[in-house]
Amino acid sequence: MTVTIGWYMSLAAVLFSIGAAGVLMRRNALVMFMSIELMLNSVNLTFIAAGNELGLVEGQVAALFVMVVAAAEVTIGLAILVAVFRRRATANVDQLSELRG
Amino acid sequence: MTEVILFVIFAAVALAGALVMVSARNPVYSAIGLLAAMFTMALFYVMLDAHFVAAVQIVVYAGAVMTLFLFVIMMIGVDKKEDTAESIPFQRGITIVVALGLGVVIILAGSQVWITGNTAFGSPDLVGTIETVSDAIFGTWTIAFLSTVFLLTIAAVGTVALAMFGSKAVPEVESEEGA
Amino acid sequence: MIDYLWLLIALPLLGAAALVVFGKRIGEPVSGWLASALVIVPFLIAVALTVPFFGEAEPEHVFVFSWIPMIGANVSFLWDPLAALMTLIVTGVGSLIHIYSIGYMHGDDRYPRFFGYMNLFIASMLTLVLADNFALMFVGWELVGLSSYLLISFWFSKPSAAAAGKKAFIVNRIGDWGFLVGLMLIFAAFGTLDFGIVFAEAGTVLSVGMATAITLMLFLGATGKSAQLPLYVWLPDAMEGPTPVSALIHAATMVTAGVYMIARTAAIFELAPVTLAIVAIVGALTALFAATLAVGQRDIKRVLAYSTISQLGYMIMAVGLTALTAGIFHLMTHAFFKALLFLAAGSVIHAMTNQQDMWKMGGLRKYMPTTFVTMAIAWLAISGVFPLSGFWSKDEILGAAFAKGGWFTILWVIGVITALITAFYMTRLIILTFFGEKRWDSDTHPHEAPSTMTIPLIILAFFTAVIGLWNTPVRLGLEHFLEPSFGSVDQVHAAGGLTVWTLALISLAVITVGILLAYHRYGRGELPTEEGGYWAAALDGYGVDGFYGKVIVAPGKSLATWLAMILDVRVVDGFVNGLAVGVRMFGTSMRVLQTGWVRSYGAGILAGSLGVILWLLLRGGAF
Repeated sequence: MTVTIGWYMSLAAVLFSIGAAGVLMRRNALVMFMSIELMLNSVNLTFIAAGNELGLVEGQVAALFVMVVAAAEVTIGLAILVAVFRRRATANVDQLSELRG
Repeated sequence: MTEVILFVIFAAVALAGALVMVSARNPVYSAIGLLAAMFTMALFYVMLDAHFVAAVQIVVYAGAVMTLFLFVIMMIGVDKKEDTAESIPFQRGITIVVALGLGVVIILAGSQVWITGNTAFGSPDLVGTIETVSDAIFGTWTIAFLSTVFLLTIAAVGTVALAMFGSKAVPEVESEEGA
Repeated sequence: MIDYLWLLIALPLLGAAALVVFGKRIGEPVSGWLASALVIVPFLIAVALTVPFFGEAEPEHVFVFSWIPMIGANVSFLWDPLAALMTLIVTGVGSLIHIYSIGYMHGDDRYPRFFGYMNLFIASMLTLVLADNFALMFVGWELVGLSSYLLISFWFSKPSAAAAGKKAFIVNRIGDWGFLVGLMLIFAAFGTLDFGIVFAEAGTVLSVGMATAITLMLFLGATGKSAQLPLYVWLPDAMEGPTPVSALIHAATMVTAGVYMIARTAAIFELAPVTLAIVAIVGALTALFAATLAVGQRDIKRVLAYSTISQLGYMIMAVGLTALTAGIFHLMTHAFFKALLFLAAGSVIHAMTNQQDMWKMGGLRKYMPTTFVTMAIAWLAISGVFPLSGFWSKDEILGAAFAKGGWFTILWVIGVITALITAFYMTRLIILTFFGEKRWDSDTHPHEAPSTMTIPLIILAFFTAVIGLWNTPVRLGLEHFLEPSFGSVDQVHAAGGLTVWTLALISLAVITVGILLAYHRYGRGELPTEEGGYWAAALDGYGVDGFYGKVIVAPGKSLATWLAMILDVRVVDGFVNGLAVGVRMFGTSMRVLQTGWVRSYGAGILAGSLGVILWLLLRGGAF
């Protein structure tokens, strides 16, 4: 048997769900962020696998751009987190519930 | 055959890393788990003939992003263990349903529509070297590339702004449930 | 000249506007003279325009401007002998009453406003009379109702006056509803409201049933305006208004609008013999009923009010018998002698410093000779004494009833009995007021009225005496005059020759009996005390007002209260408030979603996206 594209896609799907579970279950903002990074990585894997299958370079181009965006997002997100921590001295997102109606 | 074995090993490492990341109480352990997952990602990219992207993955993700994460973890406070009780009702239930659901659905559905054996679009033995990738980026996808330049600039400026205008810390108060 | 017909209405209308707006600045006697002038000039114009009709001129249509051409309603006038006659009566008697009011209303602090309203009335009545389509006539109809209301409740600080004005307007409204329904039926049948087209095609377009429906509705309007059974109740109370108002509106002109309307629409009424019979019966019964009520009144104006209702009953009976000329003739003579009676009564009231109870008068003929003589002439006329005008017109009606034969002879009998009662109560009035011992308090000093008041009395007395001679059976002047208006209608006339003189003699005999009875009871020695039994019932109007109050007003009030207190407060407000409460409840239930926790929002997002993916896959047939 060979490693077909289906294997990569399935692995990506599983990693995606693990990342989703992490976002929803953890209260620490940093861990939530890292879970989101995991989800982005799984998407990257999907892109690359598809690009490889179709023989197109666009898969890798897309993965590169996703990486750029993820990097930018991490930068800003962590800056916000630090700013919030400076004010509240907590990284627990459940305590940031002023918008509760 | 070797490919299969390599795939299985690397997949196991990736999954282990992911699970560690999600379940570890200490955020540093989570970061290390994610790091492991990302390394294996790079390995997968190599297996898929995307050498350049693999290198970028290591340099950017494992090198820069995870380092940034670790810096912030250190700054914010490493030692605190968060309690394991869940405060939002039904959250555990919904999480399990959603996460399992997503995974199962995608696999099930995808298994019927994975692109298989269709090489009509490109060349079958494409290798993602620097030349091929940069041909695409600076050729067809120039505008997207330039947009990312803007994006990064804005991100950098934003970060500096946030750092400069932050205010003093307020001592931690009792957990406040919103009114 | 005919093109200036619109001035007849425009001048008094202008006067009304000017006096209402600038009245205070124009001040006392000037506003009175101005208002009178604005009625005298239309009278003169009308005279000039009427002369051609004596020379066999044709009726004319004068178009002023178009209003709602689609339904045949324009501001345009029909100038034919009937309209000319009505105009002359309205402006002639109207101007005399205006001049009289200059003296009568002296000292009132709303003097200019009074004359403004009087002018408004003249303009409205002329609109009614001159209109050549039903819509414009209805406008005039409603406006005279409005003027009547304004003038009855002129002294509105008196609660009884305000209530009387309200009552008049509301009771009239019932009649007006009937009139409006009639109008709608006419429009449904003909597609237009223009007199010319409607009357020309009435015979071919209308079935008997439709004609009966239309005429019954129109007659309902007439009963309201002309105070017949059952809508007469507003007229006695309308005496709360100043006496010139009673003279002008509730004797000479407005109340005759119903008679005029039926005469005008005779082409339709002709086609509905059932309605005509009802009209005649209602007229006769009203005449009798009101006459019996007049006998028992103590207030001099209320006697005259019931007398008006009774005489209107004669006119309505006449047009119900299709004796149109007789009806219009009586309308004209009645205008003169009833206006004279009211104005003279006003003179008496003025002299007695607003005392209206006849039992506190007596022996006034020595103090007010002019008033006495003129009122006596009117008394003889209304009683129907030869050769004054009332004799000729009343006997014309009675002769027509007799000539129609069959069961209409009963109406003739009713008419004769009513004539007896009329003679009786009028003689009673004259004796109680002018003869006998004086029964007033020592601080009342009766004196004759100023000449602005007595000259109109004299002029009216002259016409009361002679106008009847225009239409004697020997020389049917009015009949001839009104030929162009009524030519197409099959009129009933009193039979000529011996019959008419025999009937006249019977009437005269009956009248003499009435006068002698009254003289016997009141003219010799002690006055009888009139209390209890019949007398109390008559003063109460036989309890009709109370009856209406219980049967119509009280249920109406309780319905209104129910609607306001229960339907409006609980149902309507409840529904609106309920909507608000419902929205709030919905909002409160939706509040649960706003937890403020990012993770629950995240859960929602992921769950939603899972749902979307599932739906897309199912739709695409992936499973």
